[in-house]
Amino acid sequence: MSNLLEVNQVSKHFGDFRALNNVSISIPKGSIFGLLGPNGAGKTTLIRIINQITMPDSGTVRIDNELLNENHIKDIGYLPEERGLYKSMKVGDQALYLAQLKGLSKAEAKERLKYWFDRLEIGDWWNKKIQELSKGMAQKIQFVVTVLHEPKLLIFDEPFSGFDPINANLIKDEILRLRENGATVIFSTHRMESVEELCDDIALINKSNKILDGKLIDIKRQYKINTFEVGVKTADNLALQNKLSDKFTVSPASFKTLDDELKLNIKLSNGESPNDLLNYLTGQGEVSHFVELIPSVNDIFIQTVKNNQ
Amino acid sequence: MNHLPLIIKREYLTKVRNKSFIVMTFLSPLVMIILVSVVAYLTQLNNEKVRTISVLDESGVVQDIFKSNDKTTYNILNEMSLGDAKVFAKETEAYGLLYIGDFKNVNEAENHIQFYSEESPSLTLISDLEGQLEKKLTNLKLLDNGVDVDMINASKININIAQESFEGEKTSKTDSVVKLIFGGAAGYLLFMFIIIYGNMIMRSVIEEKTSRIIEVIISSVKPVQLMFGKIVGTSLAGITQFIIWLIIGSILLTVISVFFGINVMETQQQEMMNQAMANPEINAQVQNFVTSFYNLPLTNLIFAFILFFIGGYLLYSSLYAAIGAAVDNETDTQQFMLPIITPLMLAVYIGLFTVIEDPHGTVSTVFSFIPLTSPVVMLMRIPFGVPLWQQIVSFVILIGTFMFTVWFAAKIYRVGILMYGKKPSYKELIKWIKY
Repeated sequence: MSNLLEVNQVSKHFGDFRALNNVSISIPKGSIFGLLGPNGAGKTTLIRIINQITMPDSGTVRIDNELLNENHIKDIGYLPEERGLYKSMKVGDQALYLAQLKGLSKAEAKERLKYWFDRLEIGDWWNKKIQELSKGMAQKIQFVVTVLHEPKLLIFDEPFSGFDPINANLIKDEILRLRENGATVIFSTHRMESVEELCDDIALINKSNKILDGKLIDIKRQYKINTFEVGVKTADNLALQNKLSDKFTVSPASFKTLDDELKLNIKLSNGESPNDLLNYLTGQGEVSHFVELIPSVNDIFIQTVKNNQ
Repeated sequence: MNHLPLIIKREYLTKVRNKSFIVMTFLSPLVMIILVSVVAYLTQLNNEKVRTISVLDESGVVQDIFKSNDKTTYNILNEMSLGDAKVFAKETEAYGLLYIGDFKNVNEAENHIQFYSEESPSLTLISDLEGQLEKKLTNLKLLDNGVDVDMINASKININIAQESFEGEKTSKTDSVVKLIFGGAAGYLLFMFIIIYGNMIMRSVIEEKTSRIIEVIISSVKPVQLMFGKIVGTSLAGITQFIIWLIIGSILLTVISVFFGINVMETQQQEMMNQAMANPEINAQVQNFVTSFYNLPLTNLIFAFILFFIGGYLLYSSLYAAIGAAVDNETDTQQFMLPIITPLMLAVYIGLFTVIEDPHGTVSTVFSFIPLTSPVVMLMRIPFGVPLWQQIVSFVILIGTFMFTVWFAAKIYRVGILMYGKKPSYKELIKWIKY
């Protein structure tokens, strides 16, 4: 699959402060791309460069193999973390204005807005002012405005903040639907569970450098620790634990079970296969639990950032 | 993509539909008229109060000059000691007592004149009394020296120098007054316009920052375009407001004069007309006024007004927009306002004092070239006839500076609208330019 967005060796300084240092990322067409990093790592600067709000000092950005230019404005939908709307402007007027700024004609914008407002059941807000709406309501409108012009590339910076679980789910489904319809999504967030759930690819930026990127699944493989969480029912838990300690590297584990079995994390050394372990365990008692420990994005995030310091 | 018309339209409509804008537009002429009427009424009230002044003249030679009129009544006291006179003045609730002691020599008269009153007397009254006394005593002294006062009065000659430029254009003193009025009005109008609508632009930039919509907007539009749209949209709203003010103002004035002031106005006008008819001098003055108006370089004035007004206004409003972008809220704007307000005030004062004195002197000329003061000062100078080359050079400098400030403001704007939190210092602003 070809890449929709190619960021190549982009650097940006603000005075003496280095915000981005030779950062390169590629985002495959039709993927959901997680842009991760601690606060102040440079994510927002990168997003602003893609949006042509700030110009990079060096490096290039290409969309569909074309250097970033003014025509790309209409191809991008951007929901910034710091978002807001004109407080004293009516919802409808405001949405129409913002849609027209993205290059839609007034009639076209009206038609699509009607569709979206019906879809999200917010049609009767058209003549209300933003200041009369709750924060969550305003966020919904902001979401509609972001996706209205059907951009190729959608950039969401913390899209779920401010939403209740029901609406967050609604927005999540909409994002997935947009991806199905061909959009590529960049997703910047600190909520790792949503990265886990949604993202195909990720990049991790720390202190203005990219320290990790690739397919989420490949990264997980790379960070695999060859450790299995097991539960074995035996007559004598302690005896078995001592036996296992001699053969493998073990550490106590905790998970919820119905009986009082022996619970351990067992790390395999190179050359040992999970089957060997399982075979051995079945000889010792009744195996009630056998799961490979897959590192969570959260673990990877924390570990990588720590190692990087 | 050019979104300028769209931005201008939005700015204009939001401004015009804004409640406080509507209230301001329709209420301020009313408030102004009421204020003016109240002030006029109060002044009239003050003028109507007749002051009584007791005069005790022991020398007996000056008291005849004090003639009561509709503002002051002089109560001449005779055969009374100073002590009694004071008590009398107090009892009769006179405004004060003017005491003139018996002086042997006119030269020493000053030492014998004294004014007693309850409170410190009004300045105008004292100088009025001084004027009358000076005139009388001068005459007395002239008489002492054997000079015939009547002859002096009869020999007075009034001169009104006929002025004509080398090219043969006739001018007069009235011309200067008319020029002053036009120049002053143009300069002052620009000044007011900059202050009122520059602030409005600044507030509208701050509003976009505080509502955090700015990032969404500038992901679709270039900041410079947004800034220009704001300036033009707000200015159009300003012009609308001005026009409405003019219309309402003239309607209200007519209404008020019809309902309340009809007699006053008419009698006054009648009086003036009668006087004008009766007095050939005033008649001539009115005629002078009209000819002076037509003597003005009208075409030049109109063109220069439009060009310098727009140039000056844009220059300042781009600075206001930059300030709005640099700060988070209105209270933080103070430190950046000073460098804007100072040249503006300077321009108005130079216009009002120096240009009147010497419209083509070094100070006036220099300041009509310096870009931040030139719009106001040049507008005030032009009625007096400024060589075309000077106007062109000044305008070119103005436009050049405008380009520079727009570049500068756009830089500040581009960086500043995304900066939140701390109040930037001048040093940081300079740094932003390099971003």
